Amino acid sequence: MSKIIVDEQYLEIIEGTNLLQACLENNIYIPNLCYLKERKEKNASCRLCFVEIEGMPKPVTSCTLDVEDGMVVRTDTPAVRRLQRTAFQLLMSVHEVDCAHCPANKKCELQKIARFLKLGLKPKGLDHSLRELETDHDHPFLEYFPHRCVLCGKCIYVCKKRNGRPYLTFAGRGLDTQISFFGDKDPLKLPCAECLACTLICPVAAIIAKTDT
Amino acid sequence: MKMEINQAFDKICKDADAHIKRLSLIKGPRISIGMATCGIASGAIDTKKAFEEALKEQGIDGQIQTVGCIGHCYAEPVVIIDHPDSGFPPIFYHHVTPGKAKMIVQSFLIDGDPLFEYLLGATKENELIPQIYDFPRFSQEKRIILQKCGIIDPEDINAYIDEGGYSGLARAFQLAPDEIISEIISSGIRGRGGAGFPTGKKWGFAREAEGQDKIMILNADEGDPGAYMDRTILESNPHQILEGMIICAYAIGAGSAIVYVRSEYPRAIEMISGAISQAEELGLLGNSILGSSFDLKISVFKGSGAFVCGEETALIQSLEGERGMPQHRPPYPVQHGLGNRPTVINNVKTIASVPAILNNGGDWYRSIGTKDSPGTAVFSIVGNVLHAGLVEIPMGVDLKTLIFDICGGIPDKKKFKAVQIGGPSGGCLSSDFLDTPIDFDSLAGAGAMIGSGGMVVLDEDNCMVNIARYFLEFTQNESCGKCTFCRIGTYHLLRILDRITKGQGREGDLEQLKTLSETIIEGSLCGLGKTAPNPVLTSLRYFRDEYEAHVLEKRCPACVCRSLTAFYIDLDKCARGCDACVGSCPVDAIFTTKNRKKGVDQALCVKCGECQVACPPEYNAVIRVSPPEKAPIIEKSVN
Ligand SMILES: Cc1cc2nc3c(=O)[nH]c(=O)nc-3n(C[C@H](O)[C@H](O)[C@H](O)COP(=O)(O)O)c2cc1C
Ligand code: SF4
Ligand code: SF4
Ligand code: FES
Repeated sequence: MSKIIVDEQYLEIIEGTNLLQACLENNIYIPNLCYLKERKEKNASCRLCFVEIEGMPKPVTSCTLDVEDGMVVRTDTPAVRRLQRTAFQLLMSVHEVDCAHCPANKKCELQKIARFLKLGLKPKGLDHSLRELETDHDHPFLEYFPHRCVLCGKCIYVCKKRNGRPYLTFAGRGLDTQISFFGDKDPLKLPCAECLACTLICPVAAIIAKTDT
Repeated sequence: MKMEINQAFDKICKDADAHIKRLSLIKGPRISIGMATCGIASGAIDTKKAFEEALKEQGIDGQIQTVGCIGHCYAEPVVIIDHPDSGFPPIFYHHVTPGKAKMIVQSFLIDGDPLFEYLLGATKENELIPQIYDFPRFSQEKRIILQKCGIIDPEDINAYIDEGGYSGLARAFQLAPDEIISEIISSGIRGRGGAGFPTGKKWGFAREAEGQDKIMILNADEGDPGAYMDRTILESNPHQILEGMIICAYAIGAGSAIVYVRSEYPRAIEMISGAISQAEELGLLGNSILGSSFDLKISVFKGSGAFVCGEETALIQSLEGERGMPQHRPPYPVQHGLGNRPTVINNVKTIASVPAILNNGGDWYRSIGTKDSPGTAVFSIVGNVLHAGLVEIPMGVDLKTLIFDICGGIPDKKKFKAVQIGGPSGGCLSSDFLDTPIDFDSLAGAGAMIGSGGMVVLDEDNCMVNIARYFLEFTQNESCGKCTFCRIGTYHLLRILDRITKGQGREGDLEQLKTLSETIIEGSLCGLGKTAPNPVLTSLRYFRDEYEAHVLEKRCPACVCRSLTAFYIDLDKCARGCDACVGSCPVDAIFTTKNRKKGVDQALCVKCGECQVACPPEYNAVIRVSPPEKAPIIEKSVN
């Protein structure tokens, strides 16, 4: 067991546990979008889960650290909040905010994070803009909404895990990055209708079953 | 064992020597043409053809040899002619067009007149013609990496061996792997791929790392726009790189190595692949190298050419067939690299320095350059500078010496404004920094970096806001899209800069540029995002007045940003009846005034500047001003 202190709270954690996991399990919430417990190589792409650790000069992502005995962690310093608020507002600056018509409404991770960080859903001080993207809407079973997607990559991971190979991939670069279906449209070759793992894992309902649209 | 290795290597050297001697016995002049990609782009293929034709027409027995790039890219196509019978030393000619090639054959090879007006200098000490090595562009350089580039035939392994090549490898085999690593550590060499990580330490970690099948990867992705030194080295002297790779692989205990080179470099791929086969034939690669018990296989992988694939974890992803996206470190590649095997990834210039370190010792290398940045740095210098090209200098030389003495300064009597160092995510330094020594830490301290070694010199006609926007546009497009700060943050930076250059800057923009830049640097996952805001931050710091002029006065001090400038024709300078500019205008915006001079219709003008180019220099009547309201209103003639 490792003894650690998080926000002045003493915790005993099994050695080698992921730090973000340990915090979440002990009811210490740290915003996160791309963390998956079972995923060994952490994606570390959403950049929300920052914490400060005594002895480290700068905030670090908690999802990429394992608990070590004697760790002193702070989840709510000004530096951490500044990074989290900026990351969140950046995400919202390209997000289509239309909660009333979104299937994720009420269970959406973004709403939860906004509440936690005491932020609105509109990005303050940043221009809001939705990218003009060419998105493929021809998948026989799934529908993808690029302006909801936060590019956490969870869908690709669960798909690969379930099906041995991913039927989804990242496509494009820079701001045009989105999820794409590889262009494989033969319904007989796609396991999607029975699987739908991606739709279940997506934190923001950016991929949903066509039957739900 | 050591004896046998020496004997094997001696034999290779003797054969190479004999081969080179045979070549030199061939009668007649020897013409060496610089045919790296840069030379070819300047027309070297036609030059070569012209030489071939002229020799044939004149019935001269001569050899035409292709060499790589000597670094004097401003002078290309360059040709070295060794014509011993003439009594002249080997001569270096610049800008050799096909026409000049034919003249040189006639005058020099037949009539014995070397055409002084076309030559740059001699390549050997002599009494007739100044030696190029005495010019600042050579004498203040220190060539370790580029030493043989442009001199030897890159397609002939014997040429390299005859110049002392592979002796570093022979020496390495006399040492235990740990002793090699100690030698590299004592040299103090730091990686030339950007981050400046101590190479000896990296090799040591890999050697100690647990795991089988260690692997060595040469990083020749080189995605920076404007940087082309790695390509040039691969094209001009591939064997020096192979030698370094073999030494590294032996030191860390790797049985295989990969050259990761972008597919846009076909000539580099051809040269390195050819070099690998030649080295295999001579027993310098493959099984039991030089009769030792060490085996190494080197393969070539063609990368898809994304900038971010140069980042080591993305490079590994790309080698594994995945999309090139950086991963969180640790674990570092030296522990878990390609296929989870311990992997050393080194830059081309790092590896090309290794043979010399083995030959001359770590202390020798440490005596060059500065205490914390030993050795030399290769820069590709482009932009508003007279002698653009590749330069190799000892670390510690200051920027002024490099730009003004070695590279000849700014052309057209223009004033120096800034130098952008380190590729697209380097920093822009002002003239206040010209005394800064070039080394990893001094440049980083000023907000720039050695980075890939790209250097762009900018004269007074450049707008710094526009320059920052240009570099950011590149990095934003090349962001892999993975992490929030880099993907979306750089987009907002770009939008703000775009607005400012269009005269739509708002109060608070400059503060937001600064805080957003700092947050992106702090929050991004990989080096791309962590450095992308550098051009913005440094230009904002050192050229704030230019930003303020754009935002507060809607004025572009360098008269570059289109929305903030206007062209007009100075009626006092315009020549009555001349209409050179009229036809040049793509939108017919130029009209004639009542006394037959010209005016620009501001409502139609698209600010392309063609009229300014077309106006004959003796009138020079087209003037660009900022803000646009400064252009006087000129009346059209009534029909
Ligand atoms: C966005 C990005 C691009 C890079 N591109 C290159 C490259 O083209 N060539 C290179 O050698 N290193 C590049 N690097 C650095 C590599 O990650 C790595 O540090 C380097 O290859 C290590 O070699 P060295 O120790 O010899 O410097 C890049 C880094 C980043 C963050
Ligand atoms: S579709 Fe959903 S799960 Fe997939 S990357 Fe986007 S937000 Fe993440
Ligand atoms: S910093 Fe940019 S390039 Fe690097 S992982 Fe993040 S998005 Fe990709
Ligand atoms: S949860 Fe750590 S970066 Fe996304």
